[in-house]
Amino acid sequence: MGKTISEKILSSHSKKDVYAGDIIVANIDLAIAQDGTGPLTVQKIRELNRAVKNPSKTIFFIDHASPSPRKELSDAHTILREFTIESGCKLYDIGCGISHQIIAEEYVNPGEIVIGADSHTCTAGALGAFATGMGSTDIAVGMVLGKTWFRVPETYKILVTGKLPVGTYPKDLILYIIGKLGANGATYKALEFSGETIERMEMAGRLTLTNMAVEAGAKTGLIATDKTTEEYLIRQGRGEKYVEIKPDKDANYKREIYIDASDLVPLVSVPHRVDNVKPASELSDIKLDQVYIGTCTNGRIEDFRIAAKILRGKKRNPETRLIIAPASKDVYEKALEEGLIKIFLNAGATILPPGCGPCVGVHGGILGNGEICLSTQNRNFKGRMGNPDAEIYLASPATAAYSALSGVISDPQEAML
Amino acid sequence: MILKGRAWKFGDNISTDLIAPGRYFHLRTNLPELAKHTLEDADPEFSKKVRKGDFIVAGENFGLGSSREHAPQIIKLSGVSAVLAKSFARIFYRNAVNIGLPVLEADTDKIDNGDKIEVDIEKGLIINNSKDIKIRSQPLPEFMIKLLENGGLIAYIQKYKDLEI
Repeated sequence: MGKTISEKILSSHSKKDVYAGDIIVANIDLAIAQDGTGPLTVQKIRELNRAVKNPSKTIFFIDHASPSPRKELSDAHTILREFTIESGCKLYDIGCGISHQIIAEEYVNPGEIVIGADSHTCTAGALGAFATGMGSTDIAVGMVLGKTWFRVPETYKILVTGKLPVGTYPKDLILYIIGKLGANGATYKALEFSGETIERMEMAGRLTLTNMAVEAGAKTGLIATDKTTEEYLIRQGRGEKYVEIKPDKDANYKREIYIDASDLVPLVSVPHRVDNVKPASELSDIKLDQVYIGTCTNGRIEDFRIAAKILRGKKRNPETRLIIAPASKDVYEKALEEGLIKIFLNAGATILPPGCGPCVGVHGGILGNGEICLSTQNRNFKGRMGNPDAEIYLASPATAAYSALSGVISDPQEAML
Repeated sequence: MILKGRAWKFGDNISTDLIAPGRYFHLRTNLPELAKHTLEDADPEFSKKVRKGDFIVAGENFGLGSSREHAPQIIKLSGVSAVLAKSFARIFYRNAVNIGLPVLEADTDKIDNGDKIEVDIEKGLIINNSKDIKIRSQPLPEFMIKLLENGGLIAYIQKYKDLEI
């Protein structure tokens, strides 16, 4: 019987033929945690009183509250610094960037299993890996044993054809897909993105798609490897790690969803649900106090190039704050080299250090009562950006940048046609 | 295991941001303090009035969003004996069982706020004593019942030293 990508990777890591619905134990290749979930992970490892199985593939990231905005979090960071020194595990401290971006840049290879104490660990699926988020206890056990248990997920095949219209981006596509599936439309499932639109998409866009698989409840999002994957790995200095990962032609899919990308328009998720998706053009009465461009969803150099193209030589609306945070140090350096940071500063933007920025509601742009933010992040739940009396809209970097200029939610197609 | 308590009713899509708000991120290394804010943004009265043994009863997709295990941890610390919902987000569901907080999938429409209920975890049976009705829940996978019986994943690994299914 043919296998999906998930079934193939989980079979190879459990050394038996596994299919959707099986509960299995599989070896893992990489385990990560961040400063929100890492201290509890460390506590659980200490309770187990055992060494970490593979320290060089066990990584802690200080990206959520980075640099620390208060003493309690400074102490939480100390727990991670001390533990990584003592255990030999790796630490990416302040200034390095977001876990999901860094592991894509430096670690994840096709066919691997990645587990992370962060729900957006699914991002790594863009490289043809099986990557999923778990809680601190699961991750602690995974770090110690080098394996974990999985229920092999059923897979939804998302087949996308057609060319994305001018002004629409992978972010609009994934918002459309989540709107169509609903916030729990793919609970426990894997999403396999395929079709000519995905084949033509560069790695940055693929990472945006898989990043948001969890917003439909999915366990992970995956994309078959191809020339784009190989070229990305070569650029990142590990071309030798490329292997072909594809589903079998006769793989069994729980559902097949066909999307014509050429019908898309710029989309926005409306508070307080990611699946509450509307065209940007219908939201022009929404006045913005803040625009945020960054995060593991859309804080890559490709996103910054799009934003810079719109912001070049222009000024943000004086009543709309514009905050920009690169997803990693590498993104920051490239943005500096390409002159994008200068464009952002001239447009009136505030540049934050690499990291999650205000997305998690800890620092770097917490919203005031009654304020409205348009962000390129992946979640708009009530209270997400630190204030339950504020509202968060989600969109692509193009929609965010264009809206920062006008001060209201604006369809970027107007700027491009 | 028979659990008894009152129902605290919530709707659909109760996110981990509502359960453990991001503005208390700094309290994640101090769970008893964080527990004082459990579900604060969904019901500000909850953490003040919840009693030991009470149940959280919700609609679809309970616990969606972030992987923060602090969400089920503080629910458990608040004294809640189990969460009953029509469906759960997968990371929350797994986290809850891992830390020994029972979670049952059932049709919760016939449970109202304040109802007195009884739950038999092994049988997956919910009795609403206020309405004199019985509700069947979806059985937990065998492996998850084993985890709950052993007091969660850490206690399980301490006992068996390994993970085998």
